[in-house]
Amino acid sequence: MHAIEIQDLSKDYAVGFWKKTLRPALKGLSLTVESGETFGFLGPNGAGKTTTLKLLMGIIFPTAGSATVLGKSVHDPEVKKRIGFLPEQPYFYDYLSAPELLSYYAQLSGVPPAGRKERINSLLERVGLGDVGNKQLRKFSKGMLQRVGIAQAIVHEPEVVFLDEPMSGLDPLGRHEIREMIQGLKDAGKTIFFSTHILSDAEALCDRVAVIHKGELRGVGVVNDLRAATGGTSEVIWQNAQVLTAVSSLVMEPHVSADTVRVTVSRENLDPLLEKLRQQSATLISVTPLHGTLEDYFLSKTSEPEKEGAAV
Amino acid sequence: MTSRLSAIALNTFREAVRDRVLYNLIIFVFLLVASAPLFSQISIDVERLILVNVGLSAISLFGVIIAIFIGIGLVSKEIEKRTLYTILSRPVRRWEFIAGKYCGLMMTLLVNAALMTVGFMIAVMITSHGLKAQDMHLLVAVYFTVLEFMVVTALTLLFSSFSSPIFSAILSFSLFAIGTFSLDLRNFAASAHGITKMFALAAAYLVPNLASLNVIAQVAHDQPVGGALVLYNTLYTVLYSAAVTAGAVLIFERRNLK
Ligand SMILES: Nc1ncnc2c1ncn2[C@@H]1O[C@H](COP(=O)(O)OP(=O)(O)O)[C@@H](O)[C@H]1O
Ligand SMILES: [Mg+2]
Repeated sequence: MHAIEIQDLSKDYAVGFWKKTLRPALKGLSLTVESGETFGFLGPNGAGKTTTLKLLMGIIFPTAGSATVLGKSVHDPEVKKRIGFLPEQPYFYDYLSAPELLSYYAQLSGVPPAGRKERINSLLERVGLGDVGNKQLRKFSKGMLQRVGIAQAIVHEPEVVFLDEPMSGLDPLGRHEIREMIQGLKDAGKTIFFSTHILSDAEALCDRVAVIHKGELRGVGVVNDLRAATGGTSEVIWQNAQVLTAVSSLVMEPHVSADTVRVTVSRENLDPLLEKLRQQSATLISVTPLHGTLEDYFLSKTSEPEKEGAAV
Repeated sequence: MTSRLSAIALNTFREAVRDRVLYNLIIFVFLLVASAPLFSQISIDVERLILVNVGLSAISLFGVIIAIFIGIGLVSKEIEKRTLYTILSRPVRRWEFIAGKYCGLMMTLLVNAALMTVGFMIAVMITSHGLKAQDMHLLVAVYFTVLEFMVVTALTLLFSSFSSPIFSAILSFSLFAIGTFSLDLRNFAASAHGITKMFALAAAYLVPNLASLNVIAQVAHDQPVGGALVLYNTLYTVLYSAAVTAGAVLIFERRNLK
């Protein structure tokens, strides 16, 4: 059984004053996500990511196609007990405190009253909100709200967690913290489906990714394979300009300033170069992969023309 | 089911209680009721007549205003702010959400009416120097007012399940106003002929019969309220609001949320 199975899912939005014009937002999406996988759903703004998640949550109804989560219809309340959802740029009842909000959601998800309080306290601790007390959510910063968002998505200990752009709109520190939290969920064996347009986040966390553009699936791949396939080059910087002659056959575009050398090196030549540098006791300053490799993949997929006949 | 429904109801209640508008209204009504005795220094009877009319009308009107103003936002605000996403992604059926919202608002109105009634009864006690057996009828009038809230809340929830807050408010107030004169509509239907009669009859029975829920003038003149009317009004309200709420659920069940 797949954790998530999406078959030919399509959604047209009715737009215009009379709601007569149909605008396709999702065109025949088919995908499967396995249990325990961390799956990245990538696409630029307006690609149809949120639409897909809303369909999977039963918030909107598909024009065509179907989806199952944990082998059952997404409308099955039994399934909904076992999934968690963090909406895009979430807003919560701002007149509640964090413990009140989580207690409300825990009740709605059928968490038994016994031990509910302890569970909520330890959860708040876990997302770094152990000290917020009874402060109302209206006084929370964006980063704190996003942590509340993660907490509400997992308060009932779901097996599958859906996150819509969990890192967008956060500062680098906030993004790092959310990333750590997702890593924690991954380590705990949860199936994670998250959408993002930030490639480095997907690259750091995902086992597999799908790229969606203009409502169409453009590609699905294992992150490690994609990385290998697109064969990224790296930038290497070291100190000791004399070594350059010994490695010149391995490197491209060498730049020397004072005693510091900056070169570009292909994937195959990276290891030999580092080996040589070590032998010659040059001081290595940095090795940086050039172009996020997922970015190459992403760009190649989103620049392809639309598939023939896919548009309605 | 009941635990989810009551959780939604309690949260709706909690939101209203933490909203200061509610307190302002309560204070306003207290002032109104407290100042009623100042209107007249003529005789105790006239004073009491005015107090009962003003007090009970205020309890009804303020409740209806609260019902409509909170009611129009109950569903639309949760859609607008997308808090509904985190509700509907849980094992909450859409009808439980609507029913929970309905109960939560009713709870708010009940508490509100109870507080106002306490203030009102104290004012009655002061003007009449104590309570008489007939004053029980004042409480029957308050009970009918609560029934009126049930009808108005259901209607507002129905309108807000498919239209914008402003349009819902207009529809709800219109229906409340027409409902207040529902007896005239029924009388007109009885005297009309042909196609006019059919339309008038249909309208007379669709429009909420709020006229028979209003016994304020009657109790102000110390006239008793019959048990048959209490039974009729109770049954009517339960059936009418259940049907209207079912309509709201049917619409909401099919709705794509933005
Ligand atoms: N409620 C709606 N009504 C009409 N069009 C919509 C609605 N929601 C989204 N869209 C359109 O559908 C497309 C996909 O949107 P969305 O799923 O939100 O994209 P993403 O989350 O990938 O940024 C966009 O073109 C958007 O304008
Ligand atoms: Mg989106």
